Amino acid sequence: MADTPIVMREQQYHQIKAVLAKLRLDSSARVAFLVDKDGQQIAVHGDVSTLDTTSLASLAAGNVAATTGMAQLIGEKEFPTLSHEGERESIHISVIGRVLLIVVFDERSSLGLVKLRVKQASVELASIFEEVIRESSKKETAEASLFAEITDEDIDSLFN
Amino acid sequence: MTFINYASREINCKIVYYGPGLCGKTTNLQYIFDSTAPQSKGKLISLATETDRTLFFDFMPLELGTVRGFKTRFHLYTVPGQVFYDASRKLILKGVDGVVFVADSQEERMDANIESLYNLEENLQSQGYDLMNIPYVLQLNKRDLPNVVPVPDLAAELHRKSEPVIEAVAATGVGVFDTLKAVAKQVLTELRKS
Repeated sequence: MADTPIVMREQQYHQIKAVLAKLRLDSSARVAFLVDKDGQQIAVHGDVSTLDTTSLASLAAGNVAATTGMAQLIGEKEFPTLSHEGERESIHISVIGRVLLIVVFDERSSLGLVKLRVKQASVELASIFEEVIRESSKKETAEASLFAEITDEDIDSLFN
Repeated sequence: MTFINYASREINCKIVYYGPGLCGKTTNLQYIFDSTAPQSKGKLISLATETDRTLFFDFMPLELGTVRGFKTRFHLYTVPGQVFYDASRKLILKGVDGVVFVADSQEERMDANIESLYNLEENLQSQGYDLMNIPYVLQLNKRDLPNVVPVPDLAAELHRKSEPVIEAVAATGVGVFDTLKAVAKQVLTELRKS
């Protein structure tokens, strides 16, 4: 494979959750959500009882991938933020390196406020993610060996 | 790219179904979706045209069970098969962990299969992957039709390495889960190596 897997530790996960919680509160948003550029969900904070977060993650990643493709066609590297405003609910997506920060908000907030708070949270998330990526590329930690112990029987048992 | 979350104890992997237009990529996903228990799957998202041709991608998340205490979740994607959607196909290959090439076994689709397979190799390269090094399965679909190319001829033409070759009739489910199993197994084996 071309890429090493991204491995996220518990501590980093809780740091990310804390940043998302603060962002949601400060921006009066419904949901603050972090996914990677391939559409894998990383962490979410807010009311997601009626939200299909897995689908949202893959569609947001597809959306960013498509607009990045368009950006490159006109000579830009990427469009770092995307906003979609609906009648009641809106979505703001920002690209932070290899991850996407998605904020879902309604009339209790505004695009300006969301943009401002996202900018602040992005700095913290970028630094946490730098550490995640750095540690993911380290070879053979104690936990990594866990996967070395996966047997053929373990894999077969998934399909029984 | 595989994503391992120790906090939620999850492994997430991405598998892409590739192949020429109308070869049955969406049908593979639809069959998996229809035959999986509701608690193991999410929604099947289809970004399709009004005539049900894939426009951007189909997507479904599938949970297979736990390995060493980790939930294994596979994100299954299809690409749009029609030639002019090449920019979209490239995007969908980003971060891929395993590829299934769905070949249409009908004689008249042989050229389309070859063209699509070349296109896969090229697009993988443009994303920094090499078909020879990633988990890969060749599915020979539509084996129930009358005008199919014999399996050895089709395999000889489309075989790239020692990948598993699976005969299928995706519409009725024949070979669909065998294909998924073959690619998922390689992805998890790769994880063990890394």
